[in-house]
Amino acid sequence: MDQAALKKLPRGWKSIPSDLNSDQTAFKGVNWGKAMMWIFLLSDTFIFSCFLLSYMTGRGSTVLPWPNPSQVFALNFMGVPVPLLLIAIMTFVLITSSGTMAMAVKYGYEKNRKLCGTFLLLTALGGLTFVGMQAFEWSKLIFHEGVRPWSNPYGAPQFGSFFFMITGFHGTHVSIGVIFLFIFTRKVFRGDFDSGRKGYFTSMKSDYVAIEILGLYWHFVDLVWVFIFAFFYLW
Amino acid sequence: MSDEFDKKIEAKADTIVDAGSVPSGSAPGIDYVPAHEKPDQELYHSHSWWTTYVFSQDAKYIGIQYAITAIGTGLIGLVLSWMMRLQLAFPGLGILEPSAYYQFITMHGMIMVIYLLTALFLGGFGNLLIPLMCGARDMAFPYLNMVSYWAFLLAVLILLSSFFVPGGPTGAGWTLYPPQAITSGTPGSSAGIVLMLISLCVFVAGFTMGGLNYIITMLQSRARGMTLMRLPLTCWGIFTATVLALLAFPALLVGCIMMTLDNLLGTSFFMPAMISMGEKLSYDGGSPLLFQHLFWFFGHPEVYIIALPAFGIISDLISVHARKNIFGYRMMVWAIVGIGALSFFVWAHHMYVSGMTPWFGYFFATTTLIIAVPTAIKVYNWVLTLWRGNIHLTLPMLFALAFIVTFVNGGLTGIFLGNVTVDVPLSDTYFVVAHFHMVMGIAPILVVFGAIYHWFPLITGRMLHEGIGRIHFWVTFLGSYAIYFPMHYQGFVGVPRRYFEIYDSPYITTSTLHLNVFITIAALIVGAAQLLFLFNLIYSARAGEKAEKNPWKANSLEWLTPEMPPGHGNFGKELPVVYRWAYDFNVPGADKDYIPQTVPPSEVRYAKVEKT
Ligand code: HEM
Ligand SMILES: [Cu+2]
Repeated sequence: MDQAALKKLPRGWKSIPSDLNSDQTAFKGVNWGKAMMWIFLLSDTFIFSCFLLSYMTGRGSTVLPWPNPSQVFALNFMGVPVPLLLIAIMTFVLITSSGTMAMAVKYGYEKNRKLCGTFLLLTALGGLTFVGMQAFEWSKLIFHEGVRPWSNPYGAPQFGSFFFMITGFHGTHVSIGVIFLFIFTRKVFRGDFDSGRKGYFTSMKSDYVAIEILGLYWHFVDLVWVFIFAFFYLW
Repeated sequence: MSDEFDKKIEAKADTIVDAGSVPSGSAPGIDYVPAHEKPDQELYHSHSWWTTYVFSQDAKYIGIQYAITAIGTGLIGLVLSWMMRLQLAFPGLGILEPSAYYQFITMHGMIMVIYLLTALFLGGFGNLLIPLMCGARDMAFPYLNMVSYWAFLLAVLILLSSFFVPGGPTGAGWTLYPPQAITSGTPGSSAGIVLMLISLCVFVAGFTMGGLNYIITMLQSRARGMTLMRLPLTCWGIFTATVLALLAFPALLVGCIMMTLDNLLGTSFFMPAMISMGEKLSYDGGSPLLFQHLFWFFGHPEVYIIALPAFGIISDLISVHARKNIFGYRMMVWAIVGIGALSFFVWAHHMYVSGMTPWFGYFFATTTLIIAVPTAIKVYNWVLTLWRGNIHLTLPMLFALAFIVTFVNGGLTGIFLGNVTVDVPLSDTYFVVAHFHMVMGIAPILVVFGAIYHWFPLITGRMLHEGIGRIHFWVTFLGSYAIYFPMHYQGFVGVPRRYFEIYDSPYITTSTLHLNVFITIAALIVGAAQLLFLFNLIYSARAGEKAEKNPWKANSLEWLTPEMPPGHGNFGKELPVVYRWAYDFNVPGADKDYIPQTVPPSEVRYAKVEKT
């Protein structure tokens, strides 16, 4: 790229061609683990996209009518069925936990061990609440409304199939995240990230950047939930 | 951290306007190379035999583990192909039951494509070569890398265990199409298929761990002076293939999960309402076509996951053994990247006869033919590299030449099959079998052999036996033509694919039956030659002629380690510094016919090198 064209690029973009032409690293100053997480998330995006596209084609090609989500997912509140009540709370909790995660990352970089750990713990609890409510929703669908992966009383059997598969896959992601959040909480409070204590398995030095990497994963899981929410509950 | 980082970026954005030149003030000096950006990689040092050789975190050992496992599994695939060929040639002997034929065909196809070639190129050569060629001490995440290998081994064991479950392995064909894959009547429709699907899922998980390593190592862990455009094409091939794999395997994973649920839980993702043995099954309303789309969204890029590393490796072999720089290096890189990107838009050329809307066929035929353009560029560039080169007919070169011929052959039949109207009568005939064996079976296998002959001294410090190698080459090369050339003809006369017996009937020409015997004999001979090759590997690793350092006089970093085979940490105390690309062969004005990447310009002042 010639100099004149380079000069015209907006700031920030300027560095892209020169970084890619440079030696040693393509993403300057980016931690390996962080770059890896981004690429993993790209791959994971493809997984969820395949799931959701399959859901769309599956829903489009069944012969039986598709159940009405505001009826199936309603929750009785003081005797009145309120559509999407539970799911609204779940979504709220999960999105909030993204906020606490961001705070944890911030305090991590400030080496504020106490607040960092506290916010990580809050995030973990938020995630746990989400998984708990999802378990509640599943059991309600299964035991009270008779929705099964292979059939349901409302119409197309694919409804239950896709619902349990995709929310289950997402719930697994959340659960894995929760486990790591708890582990990291412990590590923060123990001071691993300040002392650079070596990891149990990897024998690599701990570093606060790990919290940001976990944060990337956590925000991703939240973002995916927004799509699942839109496709299952609002469509 | 973030503020500080922003400031750094800003400062940098202002200085980089004249990228490439040296900061003013200091006298530039022709040997200038930017300083280290980061401290040296911290390595895991093993202390016991177990952590050195078994649970190794060293990419070189992991690469060898991958390679041995993949080749071992590939041998099973080879034996399966013998059995199939014997059955086809001598149906009267009753060698295989029909169901066993289907099981063997399925396992053969899946083993060859995934567990042999994908694992060998990416897991084997990727681990071995990427850190060395980039000038890194190891992969970026050695622990993850180790787990990746063990997941692969687990996947292989799960796959092989399906031979021992009730009903045997699945016989659905390597494409695993539902509904038949999980309907009774297909061999292995209960336990076999589930094990296959689980094995694939484990493979994908394991591969993802490895793949992230290959990508980050190449992007973020190169030596000083090693720009992306100075990397050997082998790295580019493996890198792009890994990107493809990370984006294509998700579709396979999702398809596998859904089919597993269809089978175990009775969901109907892929299963329409069906009647089986007079009874209506409980399935209802699923879409079999959806699986085909998912499968081929993975399946076509998969072809390039195998082909791109082969392209990269072959470029290096040709260049080194013809003592000439690779023609059009940048074009080669862009062709690899372009083929990789396009490969995501051609998948439904495998589905022309599936019943999808014909307009799709039109679209996918067009994209398929477009992908031929960068592919043809690559072939021209290989040929132009050879042109007026100082061609040494060493074993790697022989295999490289054989690859070009074979790949062109398979590519030409690919143009037949890429066009809807020509494909319709040819699909599901032996023409297809001939095509894909040429292009993604034999051609990449030839590259594997060439690569092994080339890099064996690097791994063991000894040369492979030349005489045995030449026998191996000629038998394999001519033999595979003896196997697959007749299949083109068989396909034209309409012999269907995946039939366990070609009956003597008015619809089948007599020549087909004779050819089947001929092909089988050729296949047995070619297979025997592989045993010779294995013997050569074992024999030469122990008692082969000792290799001198850098025996092929190559330029790339893997040959420039202080000791050969390279030790722990690859490069001794100091990491190498790179001043040029890997292709400075026969440069006018230089006193030797090659200039290794680590030679600074001041040492070769009068050489007219390419600016890289
Ligand atoms: C000497 C080596 C080989 C021989 C003799 C051989 C032989 C065969 C035979 C007899 C079939 C069954 C054809 C039919 O009945 O339709 C087959 C299928 C197949 N082979 Fe090979 N093969 C060899 C190497 C390879 C390699 C290296 C690959 C790697 C890509 C490969 C991939 C496949 C695939 C994907 C199928 C299709 C399986 C299916 O239809 O589901 N083969 N091979
Ligand atoms: Cu294809």
